[in-house]
Amino acid sequence: MNKFRGTGGTGATAAQFLLNLFIAFLWMLLLDEDKFRVTTFAAGFIVGIFIVFFMHRFFGTQFYLRRMFAIVKLMFIFISELVKSSWSVIGQILSPKLTIRPGIFRYDTVLESEGEVTTLSLLLTLTPGSVVMEVTEDGRGLYIHAMDIESSKQALIVQLKNFEKAIMEVTR
Amino acid sequence: MNADTIVEYTAAILMVTGGLMSLVSAIGLIRLPDVYTRSHAATKSSTLAVLLTLLGGFLYFWALERFISVRLLLGILFVFLTAPVAGHVIIRAAHRSGVKLADISKKDELAEAKERLMEEQNLERLNREKKNDSGV
Repeated sequence: MNKFRGTGGTGATAAQFLLNLFIAFLWMLLLDEDKFRVTTFAAGFIVGIFIVFFMHRFFGTQFYLRRMFAIVKLMFIFISELVKSSWSVIGQILSPKLTIRPGIFRYDTVLESEGEVTTLSLLLTLTPGSVVMEVTEDGRGLYIHAMDIESSKQALIVQLKNFEKAIMEVTR
Repeated sequence: MNADTIVEYTAAILMVTGGLMSLVSAIGLIRLPDVYTRSHAATKSSTLAVLLTLLGGFLYFWALERFISVRLLLGILFVFLTAPVAGHVIIRAAHRSGVKLADISKKDELAEAKERLMEEQNLERLNREKKNDSGV
C-alpha cells in the first residue's frame, strides 16, 4: 500500500494543491457570476478536493490532504475515548463503595519520535482513568497510573493501540 | 420551536453537564484515597467539564449573536495543553519524593523498576570500589 511512499515530496503536494486551486477558479469562472463571491470559490474548492482525491492515484503520490484527514480522525477517536472513559470514571467516583484498585503498569510503545510519544502521553493523560507518570530515558517505555487496574487495564491497552495507530497515520 | 431556541437549549444542556462534571470531580477529589487517584479527578473530569462549558458558551454566542469567539476556543486549546502536563508533573514529583500509594492499590511496577535501578547502581559502585581497592 505504501509502495509510493517517499515519492510524494513537497513538490507533489504543491502540484495537487495547485490543481485544486485551478479547479476552484475554473468552477468560479464557469458559473459566470457578476462578481467575486467567496462562497462560490469555496464550493469550487470542495469539488476540487473530491476530483483530486479520485485522481491522486494516477499521480503516483499520496493524497495531499491525507494528513489533514488523519488529524480529524485522531480528534474524533480522542473525543469518543474521552467520553467513554469519563463515563466509567464518574461511575467509579460516585459508586457508594470505592471498589477501585489503582496501580502502575509499564507499557512499551511502538512509536519512535519524541513528538509521537509526547502526543500519545498527552492524549492518554487527557483521557480519564490514566496518567502517564514517567517515561524511560530511551522514550519507549511509559509508566502509566491507572485508576482501576484490574477491570480496565485491557480496555486501556486497546485505547493505547487505537491512539498509536491514529498517531502513526498522521506522522508517517 | 425555531432554530434559535434549539441552539439555546443545546448550549444550556452543555453548560449544565459541564457544571455537573466539575461537581463530580470535586466529589472525587474528596473521596479518593491518595494523591495519584486524586490527580485523576482533579485534572481529568475537569478537562471535560471545561470543554463542555466553553463549548456551550461558544455555541450560544455563535448562533444567537453571530459572534465567533476565538477566545473561548483558545481557552479549550490551552486547558487541553496544560492540564495533562500539570497532572503528569505533580504525580511524577509525588512518586519521586516517595509518596506511598493507597493501601487498595494493586501493583507498582515503577517502584519495582526504580528499586532494580538502585540495586544495579549500588552493585556498580561496589564493583568500582572493589576495583579501586585492588588497584591501590
